[in-house]
This record gives sequence, structure tokens and C-alpha cells, in this order.
Amino acid sequence: MEHLIILPVLLPLFTGVALLLLARGSRSLRRWVSVLAATVLVPITLALLLQGLEGPARVYALGGWSPPFGIVLVLDGLAGVMLALTAVLALPALLYACRGDDARGPNFHALFQFQLMGLNGAFLTGDIFNLFVFFEVLLIASYGLLLHGGGSRRTRAGLHYVVLNLVGSSLFLLALGLLYGTAGTLNMADLALAVREASGDEAVLLRAAALVLLVVFGLKAALLPLYFWLPAAYSAASAPVAALFAVMTKVGVYAILRVYSLIFGAQAGELAHVAIPWLWPVALATLLLGGLGALTALRLSATVAWLVIMSVGTLLAGVSLATAAATAAVIYYLVHSTLAVAALFLIADLVAHGRGDKGDRLTAGSPPHHRMMVGALYLLGAMALVGLPPLSGFVGKVALMQAAPPAAGGGAFWVLLLLGGFFALIALSRAGSTLFWRPQHQPSNEPMDPLRLGVTLILPALMVALSAWADTVLRAGERVAAQLHAPDRYIEAVLGSAEGRTK
Amino acid sequence: MELLLAVMIGTLTATGVYLLLRARTFPVVMGLTLLGYAVNLFLFVSGRLVVGEPPVIGASENPSDPLPQALVLTAIVIGFGMIAFVVVLALRARGELHSDHVDGHGEDH
Repeated sequence: MEHLIILPVLLPLFTGVALLLLARGSRSLRRWVSVLAATVLVPITLALLLQGLEGPARVYALGGWSPPFGIVLVLDGLAGVMLALTAVLALPALLYACRGDDARGPNFHALFQFQLMGLNGAFLTGDIFNLFVFFEVLLIASYGLLLHGGGSRRTRAGLHYVVLNLVGSSLFLLALGLLYGTAGTLNMADLALAVREASGDEAVLLRAAALVLLVVFGLKAALLPLYFWLPAAYSAASAPVAALFAVMTKVGVYAILRVYSLIFGAQAGELAHVAIPWLWPVALATLLLGGLGALTALRLSATVAWLVIMSVGTLLAGVSLATAAATAAVIYYLVHSTLAVAALFLIADLVAHGRGDKGDRLTAGSPPHHRMMVGALYLLGAMALVGLPPLSGFVGKVALMQAAPPAAGGGAFWVLLLLGGFFALIALSRAGSTLFWRPQHQPSNEPMDPLRLGVTLILPALMVALSAWADTVLRAGERVAAQLHAPDRYIEAVLGSAEGRTK
Repeated sequence: MELLLAVMIGTLTATGVYLLLRARTFPVVMGLTLLGYAVNLFLFVSGRLVVGEPPVIGASENPSDPLPQALVLTAIVIGFGMIAFVVVLALRARGELHSDHVDGHGEDH
């Protein structure tokens, strides 16, 4: 059972390699292999989630090299939540892709598995250079997935996405060079100890490294000056890929949460909370502009892409409050917003399929097939994403607002969060009324794919479950937050285990 | 030696950033490459400059640090792969969008 921690990295890796070897084989075989691997990943990550929530952090020394010298994988509550969320999201996205989106190129499934490997590795690693490597793995897989199927819209959006992320990778390496040159270590727990003792010139260099890292993670998460690539890229990608990408921006949020609580958190001496004075205003502005952007979108998928930006702003504003209560609410909202956004990307594709040439453009045209069914799904997804009661978005927003009392400077957050929700409500209800209530022609004759509809039902069902068991999830969030706000235990788990674990 | 390297890294970075800000794909790719070189050099010297000493403790009084050498190898490999990818993508964009402007349409259109 000790080796369970590394399975979320190894399983997609070996599946991906096997799928590359099967690239000339039959497509249905590739589908079965890929879906099987993604299905097996769900119970594994759920088991890891339970282990992670139990605490203390579990450490897996790769190759038996003891930390801080070797690379370690660390499983704590946050890593567990992100792993389980990714696996639960990946399965419906993959099943949806098996209904035709994967047929436009031979290597869709291999790329999908490598993407999962990069994501899982990034969540598990306890070494910051290894984090860079897993970022590159997930990025190069995402370049392939984004461009999968071709077309000039995808190529244009893909070029921006690739070039920006390459610059981001360069900045990441610069920050790592600064960190290693100053602190002399890349293990995150060891780095946290080194940062606590830094003073004078060293502290200045470490501050520079911390802020360069914030730019890198801000680019991944799509923070204010760095989000312009996102609406084009996400709305150009095929629906299952966009649904999987819902968790990509959350990788940036995860990295910010990890690095600025563990390494540059409250105990970091001179560098305590170094990112927060920057993160707080930028996150609030991102929240507002994401909402405004949603009003300008001309396609349903672009509206949803702007709402991704809004959710990132909301999450990072919560992160920069830096209290345990706020972090717990952030965990809940993170799970909710990822599922809600992914659901809406799939629903947008269902709508587009029934409308012929019009696709998901927000103009009057023939109504989508199964107007009542798809419409009800859309209503459910939109209500959850906007944050109307009784669904999970409402619970998440209330928890966030309770964590930021206006008396303690949360007033601006309250105003912007409610205003952003209002903009999202206008954007989604305008889109919905255009798509479902202004039919000009008869529905097209192309039949609706029942399996696509069935798979799309999974995500809204998960959101309903997330609302019904909100208390359980919020409690789990509190545990994760308690772990994150006590970095000493994480450090002890990693460095204290140096003797016992070597084999 | 330190000054020479610092000037070199600075020049490479400045040139790389300048080329990145041009709006044509070829200069952008060149800019990414130069920026990659600058970053690799920077990463290499983060283990301090030691000339002519092996990275083995005990073999010399002042051994060089092996870790940045390993890091920079990783970074070079990843950087190479990424540049190859972006070259292919730029060629495809040139073919599909009929322009080498990064937005797919230049001012001459």
C-alpha cells in the first residue's frame, strides 16, 4: 500500500506509452485501454484522498534517496483533493471524447494520459524543480490536446498559448536558479526552513524569486494581466479537452496555495506572506474583469471560458485572505467551480451539435435537440456556476464571504463577488434565452447522441451531490486548511522521515 | 569571469525579450531560443562559478556543484523539445493563416 502514492503518476505514464504503441491498432482498443486506465485511477485517487485527509503527510522517497537530497512525493490533504478532482473530472471528459472527438487524430488518448500524468505529478511532488518538470509534461500534452483536430482558430489560439507558456517556463527556471543559488536546496520542505532564516541580501533575492514564481503561477492560473490567452484557447479547444482544461488553471491556484503557504507562509520570517499584497488586488480585478468579459462573449464556450477567469479571481482572493476558514472555503469552491465549468463546456458542445452551422454562437437559430433535457441541464449548470441557491456555487460563495467579514477588510471582496455573480447571471441567462427560446427554424435532423447526453449528466449529478453533502466536503476542506496552515508538520513529515524511510 | 557571464546573460536576455516582442513568428522563435540560452546559463551559475574542478567531494578542495549541471541538462532537453514544437506550430500557422504574424493577420492585410 505504501507504493499507492506513485500509481497516479505511473499508471497514466504506462497507459500513455502503451497507447502510443497501439497508435496503428484499432481505435476501439485504444478507447477501451484509455477508459479502463482512467476508471482505475478514480478509486486509487479516492483512497489517496482519504489517506491524505487523515494526515500527517505521507512521504514517498523515489529510489529510496532520502530527502532533502532525493526527489520525494508528498501526499497531504490538498494533494489528495486535487488528485481525486482530476480523476473524477477526467473520466466523463474521456468518455465524452470517445463519442467522436478522439477520432480526428491517432494520438488523442496517449496525449490525454500524459496530461493526467503531468497533472498528478504536479500535485504530488515535494520538490520544486520536479514541479517544473511535471508542469512541462502537462503543458506539452496540453499543446497537443488543444491543437488536436486542427483548424485555423485552434492554430491561432494555440500559437499564443504555446509561446506564452514557453516564456513562463523560462521565468520559472530563472526563479528556480535564484532559489537554488540563495537557499542551496530545491526540496520544498527544506526550502521553507532555509527561507525562515534568510535575512539581508539573501532575503532580497528570495523575495525576487518568490515574486517571479507568482508571475509564472499567475500565468498558469490566468490572473489579471496574464489571462488574455485563455478565452481564445479554451473556446477553440474541443469540448472534452476544454472540460479537462478546467483543472489546468487550478494547477496554478494549487501551486500558489502550496508555495505561498509552505515556503513563503506565515512562518517565513522576513518573507512572510510576500505575495499577498500583490495577489489580493490583482485577484479582485480578475474577478471583476472575468465577469465583464463574460458579457462580451459571442459564443457560449467563450462565455464559459470567461467564467473560468472569474472563478480563478474568486479563488485567489480567497487564498490571499490567508486564514484557515478562507482556505477551507477555497477548497470547496475549487472543487465546485472545476466541476461546474467542465459541465458547462460539455453542455455547450451538446447545444452546438444540434444547431448545425450556427454551433454555439449566441444568435437565433434552430433549437438544440432535446430542448427540454439539454435546457434543464444548462439551467442546472448555470445556476451552480453563478451561485444561486440551493446548488454548490451558493454554498461556496457563502463560505467564502463568511471567511471575509467586511469589518476585517473584506468589503471590497463582498461587493466584487456579488457583482461578478450578477454579471455571470446576466451573461448566462442572455445566452440561454437566445439558444433555447428564440428558435427560427425546425430542429435539424441529425439525431442526438444518447451516450453524450448520458455522460454529460455525470457532472451536474456530481454538483448536486456536492450541494447535498456540502457539510462533509467543507469539513474535509477544513482539515486540508488546518494542514496547510501548520507547515511545520509537513516539514517534519518530509525531513524527519529521512532516517526511517531509506531502504 | 563573473562580470563576463553576467554581461552575457544580460545581453542574451535583452535580445531575447526584444525579439519576443516583435510580432512575427520567426523573431519570436529566435527570441525564445535566446531567452532559453540565457536561462540555462543562469541556472548553471546558480551553483557558483568554479573553474577546472571535478564535481566530486574529496577529489578537490573546492568541488563544483553537480546539481545545477543536472538541472541545466534537464532544462536544455525540455527547452529543445519545446522549441522544436513551436517551430512546427509556427510553420503550420504560416500555412493555415497565410501570414507569419502571431495574430494570424499583419498590418499589411
